[in-house]
Amino acid sequence: MNNIQKRLLKPSAATHQDRRGRLISFVCVSFIMILTVAIIGFIAIHGLATFTDNHISVWDFLTKSDWNPGQMGPNGKPEVGALAMIVASFAVTLLAALFATPFAVAVAVYMTELAPKKGARMLQPVIELLVGIPSVVYGFVGLVVIVPAIRTVFGGTGFGVLAGSIVLFVMILPTITSLTIDSLKQVPGYYRNASLALGATRWQTIYKVILRAALPGIMTAVVFGMARAFGEALAVQMVIGNAAIVPTSLTSPTSTLTSQLTSQMGDTIMGTLPNNALWSLALVLLLMSVIFNVLVKLIGRRGELK
Amino acid sequence: MNESTTKANRVNRWALWVIKGMVGIVVLILIALLGYILITGLPHISWHFLTSPSKEFGAGGGIANELFNSIYILVITLVISCPLALGAGIYLSEFAKPSWLTSTVRTLIEVLSSLPSIVVGLFGYLVLVIKFQLDFSIISGAFALMFVNIPLLTRNTEEALTAVPHSQREAGWALGLSQWRTITKIILPAAVPGLVTGVILSAGRIFGEAAALIFTAGQSTPVISYSNWNPFSQTSFLNPMRPAETLAVHIWKLNTDGITPDADQISSGASAVLIIVILLIILLSRYLGNYCYRKMSGTK
Repeated sequence: MNNIQKRLLKPSAATHQDRRGRLISFVCVSFIMILTVAIIGFIAIHGLATFTDNHISVWDFLTKSDWNPGQMGPNGKPEVGALAMIVASFAVTLLAALFATPFAVAVAVYMTELAPKKGARMLQPVIELLVGIPSVVYGFVGLVVIVPAIRTVFGGTGFGVLAGSIVLFVMILPTITSLTIDSLKQVPGYYRNASLALGATRWQTIYKVILRAALPGIMTAVVFGMARAFGEALAVQMVIGNAAIVPTSLTSPTSTLTSQLTSQMGDTIMGTLPNNALWSLALVLLLMSVIFNVLVKLIGRRGELK
Repeated sequence: MNESTTKANRVNRWALWVIKGMVGIVVLILIALLGYILITGLPHISWHFLTSPSKEFGAGGGIANELFNSIYILVITLVISCPLALGAGIYLSEFAKPSWLTSTVRTLIEVLSSLPSIVVGLFGYLVLVIKFQLDFSIISGAFALMFVNIPLLTRNTEEALTAVPHSQREAGWALGLSQWRTITKIILPAAVPGLVTGVILSAGRIFGEAAALIFTAGQSTPVISYSNWNPFSQTSFLNPMRPAETLAVHIWKLNTDGITPDADQISSGASAVLIIVILLIILLSRYLGNYCYRKMSGTK
């Protein structure tokens, strides 16, 4: 009697299996969480060392533009001003987004509104390919084609913000396009029909109804593109000139956060100020990517189609 | 027709032309880009180029080691990241209930996916190369790439699993299957086409990734022998503890340190190889995705 009761109350083999499966998948998720937290933690600790161990003021770091952490400046303190890199990073990012957004929206509108079947079938592979081309290839083409072209047209060395933003323009174009397509597809069909039934032209429908309804989605797409541009390292590093000075014009060599990291990290010694200062740049990058994330969340929450 | 209608029509016509013109420009950019890479690169690709090692100072080096390293690191990365992403995707799509924990997980995965890959590379340098003393090695590189790959793959797995109709789960439960059995026997097989496409597309992304590898897998390859199959030997091509420069890193390095006299030719050749491999990967993902879909769904 007791034996039967025990057997009936005992979890079956399937239950055990179920628990095990749930546990395994939960372990995977926790592992990924731990990894992410570890990355953020490590970069933050190392990035903050400049301010806690080397006693550089955060304000100086963000607003001064003399970057020479290896040597003492005139006031007897090392020069750790990252303004040049921060300005250059924002400059290439904003310019690239400015170039890319109209083109991305045009392609997306063409694919979803004007020539849905044929256009989509023709352009889909184009977008996929643009996404697939590795960033070093973009950098290489920028270096051998765009930099000399700028040199002949505008003079100077050709390296600088303009070359960087042209390269980034092509790189983020597919990102913005495919996300814009997603948001255009979510605009309900009866919006279009209603507008056309009122006698609006194709363009009026697109401009006044569809683009407006999809605006939050398009803004999210642009922010995603900007996040990608801000964090892109090698392609930019190859064409920006890598001089840590505030850009005075679009064609003067400068350096972004990522390019400074890539070109200098190998030359510094762990734990010294020049190295810590580079980790602080990485921390700025990390914070920016978190900020872009928050922006996307905010736009998404505000612009939900109701 | 009154005045305003004709004006609206005129604007309409102009606007549509402008849009088409901009689409044309984008297509032209792609054609120019691909054309440039292939036209300047293809003439440099030869059997010799693909099978001889690179030279640091002299001209005429090939890309054999770099090509092999790229593929080897790609394979190891996929081996590490696929099971993890699969588990995480299953959890998120099947077990996770709306709660603070679930939303934290999703936010963290989003943050991980938006981290610049150079930051991931630096983290790899700090933790794997220095703290864990793995040095510049294939293993360090593969772990760094895993960070880049996991958010993509997890989201893809979750999407592929969520796309399986709910009625399939209900059918499983109605037959008295446990949740785990329903997942492994019904949901996963139904999601295979999506999973395969996702894995292959992510492989394309990793194959061209360089920023995360510069400070983890290193920027050089020691002399290795392709006849030494012992993975613990220093000179074996299979040794996961040796530094390994990949194809993408090679292109970057040629164009930054520029001491090789024919850097431009090698870069264009290597770029063409990269593009061709990535084209093949995209085509393969389409073909395999469709093939699996037909196999699984039984439609012709």
